[in-house]
Amino acid sequence: MDKMPKWADVALVPVVSLILAALISAIVFVAVGQNPWEALKLMTYGAVGTSDFLGYTLFYATNFIFTGLAVAVAFHASLFNIGGEGQVLLGGLGAAIVVLFVPWPHWTLALIAGATAAAAFGALWVAIPAYLQARRGSHIVITTIMFNFMASGVLIYMLSGPLKPGGNMQIATEIFPEASHLPSLNDIAELFGSDLFGRSPVNISSLIALIACVGVWILIWHTRLGYQIRALGRSESAARYAGISAVNITMIALLISGGLAGMMAVNNTMGINTPQLVDNAAGGAGFIGIAVALMGRNHPVGIVIAALLFGALYQGGAELSAATSIPVQIVVVIQALVIMFTGALNEMVRSPIEKLFIRFGRNRVAGE
Amino acid sequence: MTFMTKFLSATTALALTAGVAFAGGHASSPAIIYDLGGKFDKSFNESAFNGAQRWAEENEAEFAEFEITSDAQREQAIRRFAEDGNSPIVMAGFSWATALEAAAPDYPDTDFVVIDVSWIDMPNVRAIGFKEQEGSFLVGMMAANASETGIISFIGGMDIPLIRRFACGYAQGAIAANPDATVIANMTGTTPAAWNDPVKGSELTLSQISQGSDVVFAAAGGTGIGVLQTAADEGILSIGVDANQNYLHPGQVLTSMLKRVDNVVYDSFSNDGIFESGIFVLGVESGAVGYSLDEFNAELVSNELKATVDAASAAMVAGTLMVHDYMSDETCPALEF
Repeated sequence: MDKMPKWADVALVPVVSLILAALISAIVFVAVGQNPWEALKLMTYGAVGTSDFLGYTLFYATNFIFTGLAVAVAFHASLFNIGGEGQVLLGGLGAAIVVLFVPWPHWTLALIAGATAAAAFGALWVAIPAYLQARRGSHIVITTIMFNFMASGVLIYMLSGPLKPGGNMQIATEIFPEASHLPSLNDIAELFGSDLFGRSPVNISSLIALIACVGVWILIWHTRLGYQIRALGRSESAARYAGISAVNITMIALLISGGLAGMMAVNNTMGINTPQLVDNAAGGAGFIGIAVALMGRNHPVGIVIAALLFGALYQGGAELSAATSIPVQIVVVIQALVIMFTGALNEMVRSPIEKLFIRFGRNRVAGE
Repeated sequence: MTFMTKFLSATTALALTAGVAFAGGHASSPAIIYDLGGKFDKSFNESAFNGAQRWAEENEAEFAEFEITSDAQREQAIRRFAEDGNSPIVMAGFSWATALEAAAPDYPDTDFVVIDVSWIDMPNVRAIGFKEQEGSFLVGMMAANASETGIISFIGGMDIPLIRRFACGYAQGAIAANPDATVIANMTGTTPAAWNDPVKGSELTLSQISQGSDVVFAAAGGTGIGVLQTAADEGILSIGVDANQNYLHPGQVLTSMLKRVDNVVYDSFSNDGIFESGIFVLGVESGAVGYSLDEFNAELVSNELKATVDAASAAMVAGTLMVHDYMSDETCPALEF
């Protein structure tokens, strides 16, 4: 056995990383004078304990699925799109414009138009960095990061200028017209007499996120384009030799990535209880998407699981700081630890486990 | 099967009670939710926190609190405290308006107080605004009096109508005291980051000094710390905001435009049970806005100046002096933005 089995790579490594993050988190809790076990229980309760909490967990998870998929698609082409944050903001702008200025008769039409506009704006926003990467070799990490700042500037300009409702101090658009409000998942659950998701804003776009997961799975592993994306990601020179245009595939992969990130805006602008576009609408989801994609091994199934975990962390963490005297900064530290161990320090956990497997495998071969 | 069900429900109950015990909050205790920017922003939110803290110390009671980290959490935070039985629930900042309007009707027995909002009229909401233009008018008079160059300046945080209201009142006061006074106004930025950018505040101050300003009024949250510091370093006078900031640079801060957010929180927490809903806009008559005078700026404010300013203040209370409110029509007679 010269490498570790697949199950260890996809399941064991993330679980070990999580346990390590939990151990360090426990030390942090003890250091601030809290009982880590009670904190864990409260966080779990805060994430799934009531229908409201469960709904919010799923709402945040939906955001993270979109941005996680966005990072994953680019990553398969060996491109690191860390501009999800900006693409989400531009996506929100696209959705807001079509929903505010066109009187949609029904939410289904508004949803289709909003999602299309959000994806188009997100894709357009990454088009310039993508072109610069494909044609000029400007590193995508640098350009997308810069575009995040510009996106924030564009959004603020639009929200405090052209899209500003009169006399309002909050940097936000008007609330979208009633007819375009997306049904929440609780509205659907109520049809069956259930109150599963309470008053949380989790809405129909969660289903779109799942459809997007299937779409990405088909795209990456079952289409010619997906093959080209993966081939480019594995080895650019080999891909070129096989007749794959690096410029085209780089552009296409990043446009899809930007479109997926932009579509998150359907959830967090059109889908919320008071649908409107606010300043700073992305709320860090673009960056959490990177951790979600890394932890989910760039596979849609893994991304859904990782997104649920981060959704639960985000929601449970908010409840933890609301219900106790634990400051919100400690909750951010816990979230950061999970991101660090599952994302950034992945190799630190992976390579010892791999070595163990190899040694254990050899011993067994020798013993036989 | 029944055993399993019992076992499961027992463990759930145990987990729930453990959670509640851990939470430690008391039902019906008051709650405060801070705006983005956080509890310790040395300005608006911190002032609200100080009011809550003062109430807690005097009554040896506890209050629940929460700092949101994104806009998505606004409505969630309101509902969470309302469902936990907290009342009154105090929200600091105008950004709470939309979420509160959506959530408040669902909790008719919960009292809500929202600060810096003067347009929500609901039976269980007490919306409290301030006449910042009145307090700013008073400090504008003092600035024009103290200025030797006849040029005074203003540094706002984020460019929103509320901050323009400060600037407009300040300019009106300055021109009332000295019709030839020139008022320079700058805003730090158009994003919430403008509330906490002391470096930019310092740069703007230097720029205004180079234009001849010798008194600067900062209505800019944490950014104001940089403004006051630079003014002190460069030897000009400054004016603080919200809380009394005279102590920051004794003898170099002319005065502070007080906006007693802390008193609003304190009173809201204290008046539990005799809650009065409606829209309240507080001005100099209630002491909610005004200027500060203490041992740190006593030498800077002559008795003559104090008498002039107090006369203006009395005229406002009497209704003979009307200070134009920028937010009433989004124009300012004394200042171009």
